Amino acid sequence: MTPSRNTLPFWLSAPSLLLTMAFVALPLVMTLSLSLYPYDLTTGIGDGMTLTNYRDIVIDEYFHAIFARTFGMAMLVTVICILIGLPEAYVLSRLSSRWRSVSLVIVLGPLLISVVVRTLGWAVLLGNEGILNNALRAIGIIDEPIRLMFTFTGTVVALVHVLVPFMVLAIWASLQKLDPATEHAAESLGANQITILRRIVFPQVIPGVLSGSLIVFALSASAFATPAIIGGRRLKVVPTTIYDEFLGSLNWPLGAALAVTLLVIVLTCSLAMNRFVEWRYRQVFQ
Amino acid sequence: MSFLELRGLGKRYGDIEAVSSCDLTVEKGEFVCLLGPSGCGKTTTLQMIAGFVPPTSGQVFLDGRDITALKPSRRGLGIVFQSYALFPHMTVAENVAFGLEMRRIGRGEREQRVTETLALVHLDAMTDRYPGELSGGQRQRVALARALVIQPQVLLLDEPMGALDAKLREDMQIELRALQRRVAITTIMVTHDQAEAMTLSDRIVLMNRGQVEQVARPYDMYERPNGQFASTFLGKANVFSGRSNGKSVLAGDRWFPVEGNIPEGDVDYIIRPEKIEIVDTAPLLHGKVSARVFLGNHWLFQVDTPLGPMHLTQPNTGMPATGEGDVIGMSWVGAHARVVASGTSR
Amino acid sequence: MTRTPRALLVFHISFACFMLAPLVVVALVSMTDKGYVALPFDGASLRWYRAILHAPDFIDAFWRSIGLAATAATIATLVAIPAGIAIAWHRFPGRDVVLGLLLSPLMVPHVVLGISLLRFLTQIGASSTLWGLAVAHTVIVLPYVLRLIIAGATGFDRSLAQAGYSLGASAWTVFLRIELPLILPGVAGGWLIAFINSFDELTMSVFVASATTETLPVKMYNHIAHTIDPLVASISTVLIVMTLILMVILDRFYGLDRILAGKSK
Ligand SMILES: Nc1ncnc2c1ncn2[C@@H]1O[C@H](COP(=O)(O)OP(=O)(O)OP(=O)(O)O)[C@@H](O)[C@H]1O
Ligand SMILES: [Mg+2]
Repeated sequence: MTPSRNTLPFWLSAPSLLLTMAFVALPLVMTLSLSLYPYDLTTGIGDGMTLTNYRDIVIDEYFHAIFARTFGMAMLVTVICILIGLPEAYVLSRLSSRWRSVSLVIVLGPLLISVVVRTLGWAVLLGNEGILNNALRAIGIIDEPIRLMFTFTGTVVALVHVLVPFMVLAIWASLQKLDPATEHAAESLGANQITILRRIVFPQVIPGVLSGSLIVFALSASAFATPAIIGGRRLKVVPTTIYDEFLGSLNWPLGAALAVTLLVIVLTCSLAMNRFVEWRYRQVFQ
Repeated sequence: MSFLELRGLGKRYGDIEAVSSCDLTVEKGEFVCLLGPSGCGKTTTLQMIAGFVPPTSGQVFLDGRDITALKPSRRGLGIVFQSYALFPHMTVAENVAFGLEMRRIGRGEREQRVTETLALVHLDAMTDRYPGELSGGQRQRVALARALVIQPQVLLLDEPMGALDAKLREDMQIELRALQRRVAITTIMVTHDQAEAMTLSDRIVLMNRGQVEQVARPYDMYERPNGQFASTFLGKANVFSGRSNGKSVLAGDRWFPVEGNIPEGDVDYIIRPEKIEIVDTAPLLHGKVSARVFLGNHWLFQVDTPLGPMHLTQPNTGMPATGEGDVIGMSWVGAHARVVASGTSR
Repeated sequence: MTRTPRALLVFHISFACFMLAPLVVVALVSMTDKGYVALPFDGASLRWYRAILHAPDFIDAFWRSIGLAATAATIATLVAIPAGIAIAWHRFPGRDVVLGLLLSPLMVPHVVLGISLLRFLTQIGASSTLWGLAVAHTVIVLPYVLRLIIAGATGFDRSLAQAGYSLGASAWTVFLRIELPLILPGVAGGWLIAFINSFDELTMSVFVASATTETLPVKMYNHIAHTIDPLVASISTVLIVMTLILMVILDRFYGLDRILAGKSK
């Protein structure tokens, strides 16, 4: 790197910075201000500044339930993704390179396919007349169709499918940084396979697990398409509620307040997690 | 039976013969270096002893026991890896304690042995640091301590000095040698640095293209290399091919002196540069000095002779009288020459 | 290396089935000859694939999405190249702030960006215009491109440029002849990721796109929210197949894991 006292780097980054400031920062500030406007069912958006929208969110149990559901779901999805992602990434790292490319296409390839398409697949699978129910009934395991569409479980399953590749990728990346000689070293010191996994491999991939969790948690708390299609009207989460406020009931200030709240919570979680990782692993991984 | 014995140990990777039928015996407390150029199979041999690479032929005996099929974790050997392979998420003390934990050694004894071993490698002050916070030399010593603390029967080191700079490398060599003497541990070390092998080892195992060329004490290998490869890999040498009649060797149109019994037929005639004298009368060979290089403790001359370019060195006892462009006469005694049948030269 | 335990392999295969199941199902139901989604079905036909040809609004949306993705990816790449170079090769006051700012859109949920841009574009009179949508897509794919370009440019040996200068090349020549070709893989990867992300983007576009500027994902979402019929299944299958072909090509030329690594946040 060249230390530059001149203004060249600023000119070089100016176009990107301008775009980001004008089309991300400025609109976000406007949303913040929008969330402070009063709203009336008959007269629409009023004048002046008020915290009523935020008060509504804090007081109203309707919103409590929605926030609890959103973040509970995000947490659950994250945990499931960790439980699946860890062994899967480990298997991937041990496959021969030919099987690895095939597995990568299958396991991570869906990442490149539109979320709408993948969610459609789950809708077809999970519906009352869906394939899972028909199959289970045909085998005779169940008589009545189990309800999966428009349920918490169904949404979680679909979200895991959408987001688990991110977890696998993150853990796999940290597995690749691991020096295979450390496993040999542990073996030569008398450790068995399980001990090596538990004491040598796992602690070294924790940073990967944490960064994967961060991504999965944030994406699942802000997921829209999957909860909207699989969860539907009955299972509202914060993003679908924002959508309804904006395009349905047209209460933009309330929608903006919900959006700001969601943004603040997601950002806080992300930053806190980042801080934690830096604090905990600064010494270890430089 | 020797302490450690390799019998016909070999490894093939498909068509590549990484190590072919290696025989070697190592005595208890001995320091042996595996020396050879890159890719000659040193690491593979070491890994077969350690148990990480299953041999395709042959056996490994340790203390009279066949350990060929034993898992690495059951062999009880101490290994220092080329990259050190320190556990990055554990402190120095935790790294060193790991092997003791695996042996279910109680906390009290464990801590005591860790402290002792870290003192042995002069790292007492670093116990709570992470490997990322250590210098290269310190890391190497942690790796050494981690291998030594389990009191292994054999210590295996794969190019442990590879990542160190020249000065530190010399210091560590002396320290390693002293340490090895003190704990009297049987040691096998891989290196491609001939000076390192000479400094450290009781015996050198010279390898080339998957085969053991020669096994000898450093002095013997230097003075009596068994072929062209050995003579040029360990130190510098002038090698002429010629014909022997059993008493003398004809190279070009000259006869060169020898001593003792020598093979007959096509031979390589080997003479070290420091054994050649510059003489005015009755030289064995004439030549013109094409380059004169000052190397601190000695001068190196490159001389063009009818048999091709030769090297000779002279101790630095002042500015030499001979300079570039001078024609000189060279001579040596038969006892210093080494004659080997050409077949053994590789 | 010891062998991978059997239990892990069984897990791996089950997981692969889980990942494939919804995609395979979509492909299967698209081949029904009935007017509704059901499986198993009696007669297979390509009826719903022919139906795509008679759904011009979907075809329009497809081409609009392609054009939008190409535009957004190209603009994002063009502005990200200088910024990436500045950040990777220059040490200047505020460098970390600039980098943080440029990557910050990654942390903002797309719903939030969606409503913010909806209102912003309305206020500046650009709502329901294609260029408004294009700019919106550009800013959300910009961080992905930037990250790949920085990664590519950081691993680059600066003495190569110095060698160029020492041989008498001007700064511009060094850039064109030495630096640009060397960061090109990062640039190409960044463009691709940007294209894919923009093409698949739904959540923000749902807000920003209007009836006349609907992208394909938005069109499909609105359709599915209303009814699930074999037509969206056949369209989805076409998309899956196209992605698959793209993946094979990418794997050949670029390495799939590198592309995928760039896709993650
Ligand atoms: N896993 C493997 N598969 C195929 N060939 C291998 C493998 N490991 C080593 N080889 C080959 O075996 C030969 C010996 O390798 P080895 O690592 O033992 O060399 P070395 O003497 O340690 O070299 P260096 O000094 O470079 O470390 C080389 O030709 C190498 O290419
Ligand atoms: Mg080696």
